[in-house]
Amino acid sequence: MTLSTPHLLGIKDLLPTDIRLILDTAQQFKDVLQRPVKKVPSLRDVTIVNLFFENSTRTRISFELAEKRLSADVLNFTTSSSSVAKGETMLDTVNNILSMKVDMVVLRHSASGAPHFLAKHIPAAIVNAGDGINEHPTQALLDAFSIQEATGGLEGKKVAIIGDIMHSRVALSNIYLLGKMGAEVTVAGPPTLIPKYIKEAFGVNVTYNVKEALEWCDVANVLRIQLERQNQPLFSSLREYNLAFGISRKLLDSIQKNIVIMHPGPINRGVELDSDVADGNESIILQQVENGVAVRMAVLYLLSNRES
Amino acid sequence: MKTILTEQQISLTIKRLAHQVLENHLHLIDTVIIGLQPRGIYVSDKIVEELRSILKGETVNYGILDITFYRDDVRREIKVPNKTDISFSIENKNVVLIDDVLYTGRTIRAALDALLDFGRPAKVELCVLIDRRFSRQLPIQPDYAGKVIDALISQKVIVKWKEKDSETEVVITE
Repeated sequence: MTLSTPHLLGIKDLLPTDIRLILDTAQQFKDVLQRPVKKVPSLRDVTIVNLFFENSTRTRISFELAEKRLSADVLNFTTSSSSVAKGETMLDTVNNILSMKVDMVVLRHSASGAPHFLAKHIPAAIVNAGDGINEHPTQALLDAFSIQEATGGLEGKKVAIIGDIMHSRVALSNIYLLGKMGAEVTVAGPPTLIPKYIKEAFGVNVTYNVKEALEWCDVANVLRIQLERQNQPLFSSLREYNLAFGISRKLLDSIQKNIVIMHPGPINRGVELDSDVADGNESIILQQVENGVAVRMAVLYLLSNRES
Repeated sequence: MKTILTEQQISLTIKRLAHQVLENHLHLIDTVIIGLQPRGIYVSDKIVEELRSILKGETVNYGILDITFYRDDVRREIKVPNKTDISFSIENKNVVLIDDVLYTGRTIRAALDALLDFGRPAKVELCVLIDRRFSRQLPIQPDYAGKVIDALISQKVIVKWKEKDSETEVVITE
């Protein structure tokens, strides 16, 4: 059994059986990570380049660790210290790297569709590590793995995605994945940060009332308010956002049931999540980070047999 | 398709293998049993059941090991991994590895690599239900063998189990 696609460009292209295969394989890798020797020789003869055209700590470290735990050879590339600053195109950069016999590319780029473009032009397997406002498939997979671990499954689960839905690739990948796996999704946040017609396009519920979303859901995936968008007139101030849409201890305690709190990081404490919620018993934020390595190991392992 | 071992013969062979393991490791205090995923665990389950009934009440440490991530042919075919469950230390223990058919020896090579990631055993032994001799690609031999057979490379030896394949027998294809 293998994946139906040679690349991981987005959750959009995956079949439910692909998602199941990745999550089941990730469980075995999570077991490997609990052993005294947390490393397996599976990708001993594979070279992987991490091409990060956009800043990242968590995702880059997580991918790098996953690659090293699989015994792959790892190359790291960030734009600030490269010839991209001298005007080289992305395709030239990648082709130059591939001519040194690299088998897989992990790509993060601020332009939506960058990995799809690359997949048409190069023979290596590509893993999308986030492209613009399009998708962040490995984040959605690790979120799904964490939901499954915390609640016992995905089918029929109610997941609220709260915050900046408009600019979030995490939200889009999560909506695709949860829909394919039979979970229900509600998006919540200020009207300015929720795309029009999202209900019609993706079949998700929409609410502008965070308390209502929390009362409905089993799991709340709280997204980061992208501070770089603060200068755009989407909400009046961080303080006001916190009061209207932030999750405080008081708000959470007023809900009549236990819910799971997730966040893809980095957290703006006191904006979308108050500290006593982020660090509270409901939070599985650090488990998400832990699961990220196992999920990325599964993705890289399952894509590694491509003839190049 | 020719039957090499019937259900009754398999059950006798498993009893013998269990007794042979006990001959060498009288009390299993320093000995652990590890079955190999996916097909070896049907043999190891039965051997361990036999050991437990002979030893009455003594603990038999029994784990299962999956070698998917340690294969030497990962690039040719991606295999779906199975569960590994070794909930005890193998450090300085005698390990008895159990599989159904010993053929090229490559699975056992991978199993030895996988095993060493869990610790440094004092000794590792190999117990198989069927030993296809003269077909090894690596210098690996069993310590306990249920039945030794000669088979051509073109022939397949299939071990079937009631709980999975509706019948318990060992067959060889023409």
